[in-house]
Amino acid sequence: MKNNYIYIFIMAITLYLIRVLPLTIIRKPIKNKYIKSFLYYIPYVTLAVMTFPSIIYSTESTISGIIALVIGLIVSYRGMDLFKVTVICCLSVFIVELFI
Amino acid sequence: MNKEYFIKGIKDGIPIGLGYFAVAFSLGIAASNAGLTPFESLLSAMLLHASAGQSAGYTAIQEQIPYLEIIIVTIVANARYILMSFALSQKINPKESTLHRMILGYYLTDEFFGLAISQESYCNPYYVFGAASFAGPCWSLGILFGTIMGNILPNNIVSCLSVALYAMFLAIFIPPAKKDRAVALLVILSFISSFVLYKFVNISTSTITIILTILISSFGAILFPRGIENEE
Repeated sequence: MKNNYIYIFIMAITLYLIRVLPLTIIRKPIKNKYIKSFLYYIPYVTLAVMTFPSIIYSTESTISGIIALVIGLIVSYRGMDLFKVTVICCLSVFIVELFI
Repeated sequence: MNKEYFIKGIKDGIPIGLGYFAVAFSLGIAASNAGLTPFESLLSAMLLHASAGQSAGYTAIQEQIPYLEIIIVTIVANARYILMSFALSQKINPKESTLHRMILGYYLTDEFFGLAISQESYCNPYYVFGAASFAGPCWSLGILFGTIMGNILPNNIVSCLSVALYAMFLAIFIPPAKKDRAVALLVILSFISSFVLYKFVNISTSTITIILTILISSFGAILFPRGIENEE
């Protein structure tokens, strides 16, 4: 059994260095377009990988998870803001699970 | 002067704080599912202030991955902060003290970054400090309450709140995918490969996240390098 506090402190130190080092040390813009593009794509790819398939296994039943995913994709594609998308997905899971 | 910016920051931090509380609550449930005590998750929230980062961290803790691997998970799940930190460094007065920069770095979240960048000319750090003084505690308290209440709430409520975090992720990466074909393609590719690895290869979700992020982002950078013209 590993120690949760050690995990938390390792994460905190790593994350703080990521956030603060470029801000305090590097004061010139990044020029290399491949590095720029790589850094640009990372957040979207990470979030996409973290979302699917985990979202469909996060709820009590896989069906409500799939429905929440589909509805979430539609409403976020339509440009609804973060807060509304979240509320709609939660409600759709709640409603679907009433009937299962 | 600085005081005015601080007060304006608090005001603009209120809507951010309310959003934080709701999202943090659902993340707190995830923390409790991963086996963290309320104090551990409060501590993690105060030290990390990172939705995707904490989510990846809780999964890693649940899976008890090696300590070295959690460093990689943290770097990958939070890689966008490297980019934001670079961007913010251009937005700060070169004369700004190192102490101010270090506090700004501590509060470098998507939302505070947005506030900092929205300011005209150089960013006054006190504006961000004001917003963080209100919204920062909202985040930590949301996590704490989520962790405690997650065990008390009925199953169907926990189930519907558990989806909130992923819904939030969708709202972050779908709009850029709609605008940018390269992002859209990479998102589809991420979905497919993530599903295949999850189903057919016996490795942890944290490891899947690291491997796929590095592979697919490199693939994207080589195939669709971004020039000046598609800069936002």
